[in-house]
Amino acid sequence: MIEAVELTKCFDEFLAVDRVSLTIPTGSVLALLGPNGAGKTTTVRMLTSILAPTSGWARVAGYSVIEQPAQVRAHVGVLTEQHGLYERMKAVEYLDFFGRVYRLDATERRRRALNLMERFGLTSALDKRLGEYSKGMKQKLALVRAMLHNPPVLLLDEPTSAMDPLSAKLVRDAIIELQRDERTFLITTHNLTEAQSLADDIAIIRNGRIVAHGSFDELARQFVGDPVMELRTAAPFNGLVKDIADLVTVEDAGDTWIRYRVPDPTVTNPALLRRVAGLGVDVVTLAPVSQTLEDIYLQVVKEDEGGAANGNYNG
Amino acid sequence: MATTTVNTPTMRTEALGWWANLRWTMGNALIITRREVRDSFRDWRIIAPIVILTFLFPFLAQFVAGQFVEFVAGYGAELIGERTIPFLLMIVGFFPISISLVIALETFVGEKERRSLEPLLSTPLTNTELYIGKTLSAMIPPLVSSFGGMAVYLGSLVFGDLAWRPQPMLVAQIVILTTVQALVMVTGAVVVSSQTTSTRAANLLASFIIIPMTLLIQGESAIMFLAPDAESPAGIGALWAIIVGMVVVVILLLRVGNSIFNREELLGRTIDSLNIRATVRRVWRQVRGVDATGAPARSLLDWYRRGVLGSVARLRPAILVTIGVFLLALVAGVIVGQREEWRLPLIATGSVSDMPINLSQYLDISTQTGSFRFILWQNGRILLAAALLSMFTFGVAALVLTPAVYVVLGYLFSQVMIAGLNPAFLVAGVLTHGVIEIPVIVLATAAAFHLGSVVTKPPRGLTVGQAWTAALADTIRIAIGLVIPGLILAAAIEAYITPRVVMAVLGG
Repeated sequence: MIEAVELTKCFDEFLAVDRVSLTIPTGSVLALLGPNGAGKTTTVRMLTSILAPTSGWARVAGYSVIEQPAQVRAHVGVLTEQHGLYERMKAVEYLDFFGRVYRLDATERRRRALNLMERFGLTSALDKRLGEYSKGMKQKLALVRAMLHNPPVLLLDEPTSAMDPLSAKLVRDAIIELQRDERTFLITTHNLTEAQSLADDIAIIRNGRIVAHGSFDELARQFVGDPVMELRTAAPFNGLVKDIADLVTVEDAGDTWIRYRVPDPTVTNPALLRRVAGLGVDVVTLAPVSQTLEDIYLQVVKEDEGGAANGNYNG
Repeated sequence: MATTTVNTPTMRTEALGWWANLRWTMGNALIITRREVRDSFRDWRIIAPIVILTFLFPFLAQFVAGQFVEFVAGYGAELIGERTIPFLLMIVGFFPISISLVIALETFVGEKERRSLEPLLSTPLTNTELYIGKTLSAMIPPLVSSFGGMAVYLGSLVFGDLAWRPQPMLVAQIVILTTVQALVMVTGAVVVSSQTTSTRAANLLASFIIIPMTLLIQGESAIMFLAPDAESPAGIGALWAIIVGMVVVVILLLRVGNSIFNREELLGRTIDSLNIRATVRRVWRQVRGVDATGAPARSLLDWYRRGVLGSVARLRPAILVTIGVFLLALVAGVIVGQREEWRLPLIATGSVSDMPINLSQYLDISTQTGSFRFILWQNGRILLAAALLSMFTFGVAALVLTPAVYVVLGYLFSQVMIAGLNPAFLVAGVLTHGVIEIPVIVLATAAAFHLGSVVTKPPRGLTVGQAWTAALADTIRIAIGLVIPGLILAAAIEAYITPRVVMAVLGG
């Protein structure tokens, strides 16, 4: 579990992270989104006890980042923004080195390294020098390093940024599997589709400040309103919009389709379908228009910029 | 909430004793060292010079030594030839250790530049373990090469045509010197590397290490040729002094390195570009304010009460150290004065009756004004020099330069006592203005000492840069608020009043 309260970091007069509060329950994934320089990496570094917070506090895996930094670092696996491998080493030596640092015994080091390398499809590259690895392979090896000591908390900075689609799927599957195994994840990413598919919660950080935080549905409701539904009919209709006006407010319509927004589709949609059937209109589909994290993100950024422009911004 | 079944790595526990803790620390440090040394030995750019300097250069040196001995013997200067042999031994040892600087810069700043440091910083390794591990890894390959080269050179001389029989202590001295020089370069390189983010910047700053080391080697060479005790079985005294001095430097550099080799500094700081104007503005704001944040003073009295006295309060440990050193200097002066060969030929009769007449010539106003200016200038420049030199010597210069006066004072006091004179005139001559001057000098020396030494252990929560600028602001605040007015007042008393008091004591 990760719990951060009012975490703040100043570098001289520059406020990099401004009173960030987060809770990530055990076995869940939080995606931390934000533009470059927003404070994501500094937040991760504070949660890894690499940087000391200027004020505020955090507990990671049950340990205080301020008072128990070594314990925190022993219980987190970190994938840094830049993978930072030792290019003259072979993968097997590299993992053995980090295994030693985490004080794993020789058999355990070997077993875990082989298992993880196999899981990420790197077994054949075990004896290759890291300088010969492709970008994606390096990224996967850095992930293997982060997972080597079996940490309960994983902090992953752009985990699939350099990977091909197949490798990215391997990593996403691994994250889902580990999440089932009660691991806690904080993922920073610019890949909004990935964040939407993996994260239980999403936090958006701008200028060091969390400007939005919640589940996808909560954020969608908060920033882009109620879900939008689309009804498609077999043939063009006349006067339908007027006939259903007491049930829904139509936002947009074509010859054979209408779009409307409802706060509770489970109540409204059955009633609407009954009404439409009663009017003799054949329905082909009724489905939600998918809202994406990108819609939410752009709306959050727009609102935050508006707030800043109006002088409400505190960052 | 479900419980995790995660295996966590073995952690050091508080219950471990100091020996087990040391073993744990060294165990972790050596994990780093092994990796780094192995990595170094995979780089042909490091291997090639090491092999050349270990196995080829000694034979070249041995050839040169042989030729030189033969050549100077032809002119009856065998002594020069003999002394060239140990000199070349030192050179054979020094060349490989100069590589330690390159490796140190590479392992510290190179790793930072390649961004491979952060994964390491994310592990449970402590700052000290990382520091020791990396320092050892920068030292081991060059030292192996250095010792190897010296062994090859010595072997070729001892078992070769020259059949040289070296003075064992001199060889030991050269080996120790080589080791401490490697330590100085590596610990210096750590300081440089941890404050830069590119190897280019680190290489440029490395000249601050290599230039003093080269000058030192030149000095050592001159000593080996010229020292009167060059043949002594106890080794050359001056070289022992250099070794002791270098050990002190290593200890100070280790302190600096250990205090700045931390995660915060490594990831957050750089002096690749210095914003001098911003630094000056920040320091000046702190000087005018009442604390390190530069909070403005409400009035001059408030500035004195919270600002100046706050700075003095922060100097408390430095003031205690300074007083201790001043007392030691006084005692040292008295002890030196006891030695027969150092005694002054003071008046045998024990009379100082003609002193009032001598002093009376200093009582005209123009002489006194000249004295006032001279005293102020003398005290001011010594304190300024102490502060400036202190910055480059981790505070050591401050505790050497100003206490020297107290050695002289102790010495004079002992001479007066030995001559059987009444010391009252001396006490009056010192204390009349000394009641102001001594505390002011103690304060200024303590500020200078703090300014130099604060980088070796910055206060908790401050980086080296922040600690130093705060110390500079404290120094300037104390200088403006207390030292300069105090020195002016003390100089005025010393020039205009002290001679009259001394005359009164002498009955003039």
